[in-house]
This record gives sequence, structure tokens and C-alpha cells, in this order.
Amino acid sequence: MIELLNVRKAYNQGRSNEFWALDGIDLVVERGRMTAFRGPSGSGKTTLLTLVGCLARPTSGRVRLDGRDISGLPERFLTQIRRRTFGFVFQQFNLIQGLSARDNIMLPAYPLGGDGRALRERAEELLVALRLGHRGDARVEWLSGGEQQRVAIARALINDPEVVIADEPTANLDSALAREFLAIVEGLKDQGKTILLSSHDPLVTEAGMVDRVHSLRDGRLVTAG
Amino acid sequence: MPAWLTRQQALIDFTLASLARRKLKNLGLLLVYTLIVFLLASVMLFGHALRREAAAVLKDSPEVIIQRMVAGRHDLIPPGYLDRLGHIRGVQSQQGRLWGYYYDPVVKANYTVMVPGPDAASPVATGRVVVGAAMARARGLAPGNLISLRAYSGRLFSFTVADVLDHDSELVSADLVLMTEADFRAFFEITAGHYTDIVLSVANPQEVRNVAAKISAALPDSRPILRDEVLRTYESVFNWREGIVLVLLAGALLAFAIFAWEKASGLSAEEKREIGILKAIGWETGDVLKMKFWEGALVSLTAFLLGYVAAYLHVFHFASALFEPVLKGWAVLYPRFELTPAVDGLQVATLFFFTVFPYTVATTVPIWRAAITDPDAAMRG
Repeated sequence: MIELLNVRKAYNQGRSNEFWALDGIDLVVERGRMTAFRGPSGSGKTTLLTLVGCLARPTSGRVRLDGRDISGLPERFLTQIRRRTFGFVFQQFNLIQGLSARDNIMLPAYPLGGDGRALRERAEELLVALRLGHRGDARVEWLSGGEQQRVAIARALINDPEVVIADEPTANLDSALAREFLAIVEGLKDQGKTILLSSHDPLVTEAGMVDRVHSLRDGRLVTAG
Repeated sequence: MPAWLTRQQALIDFTLASLARRKLKNLGLLLVYTLIVFLLASVMLFGHALRREAAAVLKDSPEVIIQRMVAGRHDLIPPGYLDRLGHIRGVQSQQGRLWGYYYDPVVKANYTVMVPGPDAASPVATGRVVVGAAMARARGLAPGNLISLRAYSGRLFSFTVADVLDHDSELVSADLVLMTEADFRAFFEITAGHYTDIVLSVANPQEVRNVAAKISAALPDSRPILRDEVLRTYESVFNWREGIVLVLLAGALLAFAIFAWEKASGLSAEEKREIGILKAIGWETGDVLKMKFWEGALVSLTAFLLGYVAAYLHVFHFASALFEPVLKGWAVLYPRFELTPAVDGLQVATLFFFTVFPYTVATTVPIWRAAITDPDAAMRG
């Protein structure tokens, strides 16, 4: 379970261009559920996901993961939690150009120092599961948008995280590919994973498999659905 | 396999895959880097081997050589000097030597003409000469051939070539002509009792300098030359020649240093973005630094090994073809010799430190700034 208690996040604090991206967020994300955050650009959706996913620390307030306060941990510990607990699918996919799909998928596992063969087998399973079995050796820039996103999903899953975080996952996809993405994350939810999405695409926020939708505006939660 | 090792292996795998993305650029860098190591290592290996060779040759040379000076110039030793030297305490034995230079207009080269010592390995008979290998090549001589030399007096002398000196000693015997004392005196018109110089052996090696001082006092017009001084002179000559080559290389070295620094330390926007992605997906700052360390280490180590092996082959199997004229010095009669392979550990370590270390540091250090950026940067595109 993930809890946020009166979380605030400022950028450029103390300078003339100080900006509060989040301003007093109280939130509980339940395990095994799919939660979506919607809101206009600049409403704080992405910042919220970075705090939940241990990519950044709140300026004030508490973030708890399974009851443990992680908001004040040093970067090193946050990284360890991040790579074991969270898998990220970024809006721009953020794949490393020039590397093959398989290499990209295995990247998050390298610092863990596990068995190389087991890692390659796991990457192969994910490639097959996401219908990329024939594209493993292809450089990622040669893949279509849908394929690139499936590589990004496979990469998010390589360390078998409990939580998958997707930031604006359908922003660069057409409707057919957006539905395909939703089908994949529904499968992940069925496997017991917690899914957190940010989107202002109604196709996502109004999808049947989404358990909760939170609306954000100006860094505050305005409604919960 | 321990986790630490598998982690390093994974990081190296990734680094290699990452380097392979810019094959042409990285291969070009590796080639230039290897060439620089090759040039530096060649000069160092050649200089070191030559010094060793010279030291080995001079090891058996006389401890003290006495020359007579007239008006600051080397002159013949007059009769009586040998006996007077024998009376100086500490002198174990003394022997007059006869040698000189002869310019052969046929091949436009100078020969060193010598009378071999009493215990020489190549004794000669009257009317016969033993010649060095380079001279034999230049004049097309073989044992049994006749050679005519016109003395400085204008008289023509004919000698039969008794033997050609062994190839192994060519470094010191390339231009040598050995003849009997009688032939030598007749050829150069040096009367009996005169010598070119005198060689001494000293009973106690610790006393060499004292004996030299006594000789200077007893024979004020003489100049004692110590073996240590000769060795030091050789050392300086080799150092000087090595220096010349290194100065010539300095331009290339500087260009490479700028190029390597630029390549290694300049972080492109793409590389910064990649570091952000790696951090966002769970890499620690330390992992990114390790990966970059491996990148620098793999490139520089490969260049070092390739360059050093190529230099070894160049110096010891291809006779340093590139530097021969500068490092060996100029001569009409070039000795042909193969250097004994010799590698100095300290020299290897120095070269390693000045090539591998700076590049690895230049690759790793600038990454620090990029690697400590917040991982949420990747989330914001």
C-alpha cells in the first residue's frame, strides 16, 4: 500500500521562479488496483508519479510504502526501492537508441548482478508475451510506435516489480494502439500488480479496468472517482 | 559467480554494446590511440634495448684509457709512457693500443683500423686482415679476397681478407679492419714504441678514480678516460636521441591529448539523456560511473595492449624500421644487428600511467556531474 500524507513539492524553491507542483496531497493507493490520475497539463500528475515511484523526494509531507516512510531516504536507498518495486513506462518511451530491443529490456536488471542466462531467458519470455519475439535483435529506432511502447513495458517488467507506473502512456498512440496498451495493463493487473497511470485521455481514464480515478488541478486533488 | 562480478560483467556487456553503436567513431579513436602508444612504446623499447646492448658491450671494455693530449688534441703516446704507468701504485696491467681511422674513397666510408690485443679472439697474420660485416658488405668482400688500400702516405697496400667478423658483434664491429701491429705501423707510418692510447686495468675497482688522479699528476699531458664516463656519455647520447624523437612526437601527442580529452570529457545531449534514463530505470550514480569507467578502461587498455605489442614487434622483429635513422645515428656503414628483447617494468608502468590513466579519468570524471542529476528528469522528457 502506498500512502501520501500532506505531500508538497516545490521546484526552484527560494528563487524568484519558485513553483509548487503539488500542494497538500493526501492519498492512499491500494495494492493490486489500477489507479489513474487525470488533469490538465501542469496539474501535477507527473510530479505525483515521480514521488510515488521514488524518482524524487517531496519538499514536505510523507510518502509511505507498505507503512515504511520513504520520503527522507537517501538517493541510494531510494534507487534500491525503485528498481525492485517499481517499473516505469514513460510518455516518450525513453528507450536507448542504437541498442536492440532485448538490450533495452535487460537494462534495469544490470545493476542487480543476477545470472546473465536467467536474465536473457526472462527478457525472451517478455518479448514473446508482448508479441515482440521476432523483434528482439532489432534496434529500437527501427520499431513502430506500438512496438517501442511494448519494449518500454517489457523493460518496466524485467525486474518483476509490484507496481507499474505509466506516465501519459497513450499520448503518442492512436486509438487502436491505446486499446492494445490497456489490454496489456489489464493483464498485469490480473497478475496482481498495482498500476498507476497518469493521462488526460478519456480512453484511459474511463476504461472499465481502472478502479479509481483521481483528478488533479493546480497541484491539488479535486475529486476522486 | 559472486554478484559483484556478474554486475561488472553486465556493465561491461552494456558498455561494449554501447560502444558498438558508434563503431566508426570509436574504432577511429582506438586506432589513433593505439598509434600513439605504439610510437611512444617503440621509442622507449628501442632506447632501453640499445642502452642495455651498449652496457653489455662496454662491460668488457678497459677500466681506464689513457690518451695523450697536445694542444688540446688527441696525439700519439710517445715511448716511455707505458713503463712510467707501470710504476704507479694500483695499476695492475697496462697495454698500448694501436688504432685509427681510414677513409675509403671507394665506398665513401670511414673504417676503424685496429691491431687486436694479444688475447684477441681473431688473431691475424701479416699481410692479412679481418674485416667487419658492414665493411665486407660495402666492398663485396669474402674470405680469400684481396683488398687494396691507399695509405695516407700515398703508398698502395694489398691485404688478403682472412675472415669476416661475426654478425653477432656487428653493433661494435661493423666498420672494423683488424691487422697485425707491423702492418698497422707500416700502413699509418707510426714508428715503434708509439701507440694511439694505453689501456689500464686497476686492481681495486674502488680505486679507479684515485689511480686516474695519480696518472694525471704523473703524466700531466695525458687524459684518463674512465669506463663509467664512457657509459654515462652513451647514456646521454641515447637520452638525447630519445628526446629528439619525443619532441618530434610531441605535436602528435598534444593533438591526440586534445582530441581524446574532447571525446572523453565532452558529454553530448544524447549521452546526458541516456544517463537520465538509466537513473530513472534503477541505476545508481555509482553504476553509471562504473559503466563509464569501463568504457574508458576498455578503450585505453585495448589501445595500450595493441600499441605495446605492435611496438615490441616493430623494435625486436622489424629492427625499428621507423626510427632507425634517428635513434641509431647516421653512418655510411650501418651495422645490421638485432636487439635482444628487453622490457623494463618501470617503463611499462610509466607508459601505462601516462596513457591509460588520463583517458580513463577523462572519461569518468565529467560523468559525475551528469550522473548526480535527479532521476525524475527522464520523466519530464
